Amino acid sequence: MVKPPVLEIAGLEKRFGDTVVLKNINLKVREGELVFVIGPSGSGKSTMLRCCNRLEEPTSGAILVEDAKITDIARRDLDKMRMKVGMVFQGFHLYPHMSVLRNVMLAQIKALKRPKDEAETRARDMLERVGLSEKADAMPSDLSGGQQQRVAIARALALDPKVMLFDEPTSALDPELVGSVLKVMKDLRREGMTMLVVSHEMAFAREAADRVIFMDGGLVVEHGSPEQIFGDPQTDRLKAFLSRVSQGAE
Amino acid sequence: MRFLDTFFDGAVMARYLPDLISAIWVTLYLAVVIVAAGLALGLALACLRTLGSKWLNVPIIIFADLGRAIPPLVVILIFYFGLPGLGITLSGQLVIVLVLGAVLAAFAEEIFWAGLTSLSAGQWEAGRATGLTFGQTLFSIALPQAVRLAIPPLVNRALAITKMTALGSVIGVKEILAVSSSAQSFSGSATPLTMAALAYLAIFIPVVIASRLIERRFSWSI
Repeated sequence: MVKPPVLEIAGLEKRFGDTVVLKNINLKVREGELVFVIGPSGSGKSTMLRCCNRLEEPTSGAILVEDAKITDIARRDLDKMRMKVGMVFQGFHLYPHMSVLRNVMLAQIKALKRPKDEAETRARDMLERVGLSEKADAMPSDLSGGQQQRVAIARALALDPKVMLFDEPTSALDPELVGSVLKVMKDLRREGMTMLVVSHEMAFAREAADRVIFMDGGLVVEHGSPEQIFGDPQTDRLKAFLSRVSQGAE
Repeated sequence: MRFLDTFFDGAVMARYLPDLISAIWVTLYLAVVIVAAGLALGLALACLRTLGSKWLNVPIIIFADLGRAIPPLVVILIFYFGLPGLGITLSGQLVIVLVLGAVLAAFAEEIFWAGLTSLSAGQWEAGRATGLTFGQTLFSIALPQAVRLAIPPLVNRALAITKMTALGSVIGVKEILAVSSSAQSFSGSATPLTMAALAYLAIFIPVVIASRLIERRFSWSI
């Protein structure tokens, strides 16, 4: 049986002034699926992701999270919706003035209204899940980039999101630190988390993605299994992109 | 000997010490009220400015620019000698508090605002993306970082402006400079002015030391 979509994007369009950044994007991410988005820079991947929790306002089209149409929510009611959509940024964006533990507790207490002791227990569980329980009392500046990104993942997970969005989570990391973040993402996938990932980690996409979407010029150009996308690209644009990536140009 | 007689005359010191002590209290009291009101108003204006409303921002920017551009003494004289022409008579102390408080607020607003805008957009996005409201993101994430950046320039500005309480001497406020300068006229000795200088040091040296401790308390490594 096909599982219901947790995240659905229908006819999404985004314009900045006269520039069309996204054109008629349609995408369903089903429960427990890991959908990977690839494409050259400027293709609209990150903008699409940021529309999913309305950090970027869609110009038209609909976005549904578990059948709730988030594009219809009034701006002042966005906060509750955003807790259901975990977001991990390229630049981590941990709060530098708080300990790791406080970083993971803050939104639980302020947004979810969880009691403090419950939030702390949950934060420690999430830090253990990303392999950083011993760093709970450290400050973000004491951590490596890979560790900071894992804390950012724990911070999002602590809010029990229905879907996790990853916006180039390893692009700002030194190569030797990438593996630790990808491992956490693989663990999440095994545990059944629904994920939409924008990334250039092609080897990871082949190994872990259920489906891969190739975007270029604000359009979904190709869409298929990792075998189809990487093994049998249909369009010249995807072939050109894959050959540039394999030469290390992207 | 002549130097000591001129600047450190014991008899003059003894005679004017009680007056000077009450003047120290006036200066201290003015300084505390000006700093509290100026910082609170400046912080509130900077927070309002984050809302991004043109109707709020234009008056705030005009206030901050005027407050920083006009010499405080001019406004003090206008308030004290001009307003009675409109039937509004304010005490010298109130004029000093209003004008210097507003000037400090103008500078403080700009300093807090600079701290807020120096934060990466990612800090705001991380807060909002985890479901925090605008206000929660401002107060829990943005402001603590902005305040930490603002402390050194704020301390400097607050010190500079509280020292301007000496301007009260031109409108009859019995603060340190007014009292010591009239004592100097009566006694014909410069000693009361030396006492004034020492009194200012006694007030402001501890403030400077305290500010260093505050800076250390609020710092974290990047």
